[in-house]
Amino acid sequence: MTTTNSIIKVDDLQTSFFTHKGEIKAVDGVHFDVPAGKTLGLVGESGSGKSITSLSIMRLIESPGKIKGGSITFNGEDLLAKSEAEMRDIRGNQISMIFQEPMTSLNPVYTIGDQIAEAYQIHQGKTKKEALQKAVDMLELVGIPSPKARVKAYPHELSGGMRQRAMIAIALACNPQLLVADEPTTALDVTIQAQILRLINRLQDELGMSMLLITHDLGVVAETCDYVAVMYAGKIVEYADVNTLFSNPKHPYTVGLLKSLPRHDIDQEELEVIKGMVPRPDELPEGCRFAPRCPFATDLCRERLPDLEDLGEGNQVRCWIHTDQWNGPEVNVKDDYRSAEST
Amino acid sequence: MTTDLLKVRNLKQYFPIKGGILGRKVNDVKAVDDISFEVKAGETLSIVGESGCGKSTTGRAILRLDEPTSGEVEFDGKDLLALSKKDMRKMRKNLQIIFQDPYASINPRQTVRQILSEAMNIQGVVPKDKQEDRIKELMDTVGLGPHQIDRFPHEFSGGQRQRIGIARALSVDPQMIICDESVSALDVSIQAQVLNLLKKLQKELDLTYLFISHDLGVVRHISDRVLVMYLGKIVEIADKKSLFDNPKHPYTKTLLSAIPVPDPTVKKEQIILKGDVPSPIDPPSGCRFHTRCPFATDKCKNEDPELRTNDDLMASGHRAACHYIEEIESGEMQPHE
Repeated sequence: MTTTNSIIKVDDLQTSFFTHKGEIKAVDGVHFDVPAGKTLGLVGESGSGKSITSLSIMRLIESPGKIKGGSITFNGEDLLAKSEAEMRDIRGNQISMIFQEPMTSLNPVYTIGDQIAEAYQIHQGKTKKEALQKAVDMLELVGIPSPKARVKAYPHELSGGMRQRAMIAIALACNPQLLVADEPTTALDVTIQAQILRLINRLQDELGMSMLLITHDLGVVAETCDYVAVMYAGKIVEYADVNTLFSNPKHPYTVGLLKSLPRHDIDQEELEVIKGMVPRPDELPEGCRFAPRCPFATDLCRERLPDLEDLGEGNQVRCWIHTDQWNGPEVNVKDDYRSAEST
Repeated sequence: MTTDLLKVRNLKQYFPIKGGILGRKVNDVKAVDDISFEVKAGETLSIVGESGCGKSTTGRAILRLDEPTSGEVEFDGKDLLALSKKDMRKMRKNLQIIFQDPYASINPRQTVRQILSEAMNIQGVVPKDKQEDRIKELMDTVGLGPHQIDRFPHEFSGGQRQRIGIARALSVDPQMIICDESVSALDVSIQAQVLNLLKKLQKELDLTYLFISHDLGVVRHISDRVLVMYLGKIVEIADKKSLFDNPKHPYTKTLLSAIPVPDPTVKKEQIILKGDVPSPIDPPSGCRFHTRCPFATDKCKNEDPELRTNDDLMASGHRAACHYIEEIESGEMQPHE
C-alpha cells in the first residue's frame, strides 16, 4: 500500500502497557499510511487498539504505556525520534486531534475564544489581538452562529454539537496537514452527527488536509472515508479502499462485522453473529487472533499468525485463506460465512 | 385478536426546577408531555428519539421508578398509578426492565446466583429448593454456562453482563420487558448476539417488549411498531414498515436521512437540520419541531398539531403529528432555505 504521496506512514508500531500482570500489547505491529488529502478510517471494536494507535501518533502515551518499537514517518521525519519540545511544536500545529467527548477535552474555566487563540498564538507567533480575531473567524468557519458573541462563551454555555464545533475550530486554527479524529461524533445525536460529519468533510476539502478517523461505526466510515484499516486485537487485519472493503471484504472478521450490523435501510430477518468475544489483551491466542471466533479456522490458523498479504491495488488482508499456504477447504468468505457458521 | 397489554393515556412527567434562596419551584422540565399509546400483547413497540426526547423517562414512569406527574397507565387491565407501593412491587413481577449499562445495573458484590435468587425471593415465584435448577435453566436460556453460577459480575464481559441482566429480568417470569437502550453499550458483534437472543426469547416465552433506543438500525431489526418522540411529544407512530418506508413527519424523515448507511455506493439525499434540540424547560410553542423544521409556517408556531392519519396516504395505525402531511406529500409545500 505504499502510495507515493502519503502524509503519514506508520510502520510496525508497537505500543504496550506494562502492568503488574505483565506486558499488555495494545498495539502490536501496526502498519498503514494515510494518503495526502484523503481520509483513512481506522475501525475496530472496543479494545482493538485503535485509540492507542492514534495516541501513539500524537506521542501521548503515558506510563505505564510505552511505544516499544516501529516508526511513524510524518513529512519524511520520524515522530518517534522527536524530543518532547519538538513534538509540542508539531501537535496542534501540523497534526491536530479531536476527541470523542468535547466537554472533557475543553478547559471549563477559559472561554472558547481564549482556547482557540492560545493554540494559534503559540504556534504561529501572533499577538493576542490577532489570535482573538482568528478565533472569531474560526468559529464562523465551523458554523457557530454569532461568532463575535460566542467567542466569549465558556464551554458549559454551549450544547454538545456546538462544543464539538469549537473543538474542531481549535484543532484547525493552525491549518494542520493531518487531523486525527478519535470517535468525533460518537457522543452526538444522529442529526447533530450529520451536521458535524458534513462540516468535517467540507473543511477537509477547503483546507486540503488529510484525516485519520477512528471509529467503531461502519456507517460513518462508508460516508466519510476513502480508505479503511480494520483492527482486531492490536493488529490490522484488512486494509482496502472504502468501496472494496464494503463490496468485497476479504477477512472473516470484516465480513462478520458487516453482517452483524443491524441496518435501518434494509430488512434483515436474523442478524448473523460473530460467536464468542474479543480476546483479552493479556490472553491473546497463539496463531491468528481471530481464529477462536472464525468459522473457517483450521489448525494452521490456530498455530501460526498470518502476515498482512498484498492483494494488489494497495489492498491487504491478514488471513491464511488468501495465501498459498492455505490447506483448508476452498472458501469465498463473503458467500460462505453463513454456511460455515452453522456447521 | 390481539389485546392491548399496556395502555398509556395522557402521561406527563415534569421534573421541578428549584431556585432562589427559598428553593421554590421556578419552572419544570417537561420531559414527557401528554403522550398516549398502547403496546399489544406479544409485540415489540420501540420508542426512538434523540437525547432528551423523553424516551427513557417514559419507560421509567410506566414502572413508577419516577412517579409520573399525571396520566394513566393501565397494564393487563389494572391501573398501575392507583396501586400502593407494595402492590406496585408485586406488579413488577410482570413488568421488568433491562437497562443500558450492565456495569451499573447489577450489584458488583453479588454472584450470579445471588443476583438471580434475590429477584425470585422478592417476588416469591420459585420455591427455595427449586431455585438452583431454575437459575441453571435461566443461565442456559441466555447463553451462559452453569459453571459461571458463582462468579461475580467483574468476571464477565460487557455482553455477558447484559445477559445476566436479561436473566434477572426473566427470573420472575414477566409478561413484558422494558428494554432501555439495552444493547447500546455493546460492540456490534456482541450487540447482534444479544439482539438475536432477545428475539428468540420473545418467540419462546411469548414476551412483550417496549424497546427504547436511539439506534434506528437496531429498532428496524427488533420492532413490530415504532413510536418517534421529539421533546416530550409523540411525533409519529406506525408499523415498522410504514415508518421506515413511508415516514410522514418531517422530523422522522430527517432522522432517517441522518443515519450513515454502511454502504459507500448508496448516495442518499441527506436533510441537515439547523441548530440543536431546544430546551425542554421552555419548549417551543405550537409544534415543538417548528424551530428546526424546513416546512414550518405561522400555524406551526401557534397550533400544536394532533396525531392524525390520512387513509389515502398512510397505512392503518400510522399517525403523525404534523399540520401539513398532505401538502408536503403533494409537493405543494417546499422546504424553505
